[in-house]
Amino acid sequence: MSKAIEVHDLRKAYNGRTAVDGISFDVHSGEVFGFLGPNGAGKTTTVRMLTGIIAPDSGSIAILGHDIVQEPVRGKQAIGVVPETANAYDDLTAWQNLMLMADLYGLRRPAARRPAADLLEELGLADRRDQKVAGFSKGMRQRLILAMALLHDPQLLFLDEPTSGLDVQSTHLMLEILGERSRAGTTIFLTTHNMDEANRLCDRVGIIRAGRIAAIDSPERLKQAINRMFMIEVGFDRPVEAPVFAGLPGIDRVSKHGDTWRLETADTDAAIASVVAAARSSGARILSLSTLSPTLDEVYLRLTGGDA
Amino acid sequence: MIRPAGLGEQLRRSLAVARKDIRIYYVKGPVVIFGLLIPLFLFLAFSLGNRFASVPFLISGLLAMTVFFTATAVSPVIFPWETQARTLERLAAAPITVPALVFGDVLASFLFGALIALVPVGIGVALGVTITSPAALLAGILLAALCFASLGVLLAVPPARAPQNIMMLSSLIKFPLIFISGIFIPVESLPAWGRVLAAASPLTYFTDIARAAMGEANAYPVALDLAVLAAFSLLFLGAAMLLHARTLSKRL
Ligand SMILES: Nc1ncnc2c1ncn2[C@@H]1O[C@H](COP(=O)(O)OP(=O)(O)O)[C@@H](O)[C@H]1O
Ligand SMILES: [Mg+2]
Repeated sequence: MSKAIEVHDLRKAYNGRTAVDGISFDVHSGEVFGFLGPNGAGKTTTVRMLTGIIAPDSGSIAILGHDIVQEPVRGKQAIGVVPETANAYDDLTAWQNLMLMADLYGLRRPAARRPAADLLEELGLADRRDQKVAGFSKGMRQRLILAMALLHDPQLLFLDEPTSGLDVQSTHLMLEILGERSRAGTTIFLTTHNMDEANRLCDRVGIIRAGRIAAIDSPERLKQAINRMFMIEVGFDRPVEAPVFAGLPGIDRVSKHGDTWRLETADTDAAIASVVAAARSSGARILSLSTLSPTLDEVYLRLTGGDA
Repeated sequence: MIRPAGLGEQLRRSLAVARKDIRIYYVKGPVVIFGLLIPLFLFLAFSLGNRFASVPFLISGLLAMTVFFTATAVSPVIFPWETQARTLERLAAAPITVPALVFGDVLASFLFGALIALVPVGIGVALGVTITSPAALLAGILLAALCFASLGVLLAVPPARAPQNIMMLSSLIKFPLIFISGIFIPVESLPAWGRVLAAASPLTYFTDIARAAMGEANAYPVALDLAVLAAFSLLFLGAAMLLHARTLSKRL
């Protein structure tokens, strides 16, 4: 399988504060790669470096075989970009914005008209073609930005949180088009903080946290990891201290939530036996006990360093 | 197959940037206000106070101010405007080099600066001014428009986010230049320190060309004026391309 993106030991600091801390990964041609992480994790900084918008402090980036730092124009020519916070020109119409992109990507006007019209149709903007973007809703703007990124039919598409804060219909339409492009062979690099979106769309997901990659895996395997992680919630009739659970078989992590304790385990059977033993030894009675299957968010939060 | 990084292809993309600038920014207020109204007011105030100044002297001053103010009206604020409107990142992601992007912005201002010259020259001709050397005047107008447009884009280098800050900074530089460039007082009648100051201003050389082309007395040989204007243009344009390449990413 050939590589669309090869990143090695990439680093970037802003005024001495590290934003991206030595990440390395590959994206295969044709796959949808999700870059999942909370706010401030370093997703946008990474995308900006990969797309040649800012220079890395160190490390190497090959985009479709081009070193993006050495050959920025050739690299940029081959990719489409939907930046996180970018606008189309308010004072231009949707069509004029698209034609500006055609010119900037070196498409000749006659060759650009057909795909531009098709994209507006596909993205539900055909009847807005000659209206200024100033009057567009957020969803319409974001759809136009996607059309602008797709006009030159790039082999590789970068999207930085493309559906964040978007209405349901626009989100649906955009994800549908990304799916279509992916089936047609376009490689897609997508950042998101939405686990479900990553799960639905991506062949592989990289989880980034505080500038480092915490895990890279397929959503299926991440799900398997999730299935091995259960939670037991237990309540006692009197206060019980944390050391009671210390070192008991099957219990990996303990946290207190109000009157109940949450115990993480990979072995439910052993953990329940341990809880019963702990109750006996401390003279407490169990008032309630339930097992919780973890949500995707909990695994994600755990991997990204939050408290589940 | 196109060569995206080739000079010809990048120039085409500069043209696209210039077209966008003209569509978006030159229909906004500052061009008319700064480019035509201010020079006209300065001109009227000055000519009312100076009954002895000849018409060609006044018209050449008006021409110099108009080209100068028009070419620098919008060029310093394009980058801050694009930063504020968040359109700059889309441009930065496109396969166009920063020098080509800068050149596009210069080109737009150059066109307006050069075209606006028709207004004062037209007024002059209507008032009976004879253009004694049209070729020198044309060359002067074109070089001056290029020089001032480059200066304008160069003024945008500090990566300030608020367009007003850059507007203020550029006014602080633009207005004093008007007074040291022989527009109101001929360079020859300035004291020694004034002549030194005047020699440092690119506007002086354009005013000088305009005087010569309208049959007025002037300070330097026209060939020297043109050479100095060309040198300033290269300096400003080169510096703008180099420095914007460094500061562009700081705006995002
Ligand atoms: N232009 C900038 N100047 C200074 N710090 C920045 C800049 N951009 C991002 N950062 C910092 O770098 C870190 C990573 O930010 P970012 O890449 O935007 O994360 P994400 O996109 O995952 O939310 C954050 O701590 C953020 O505050
Ligand atoms: Mg971000």
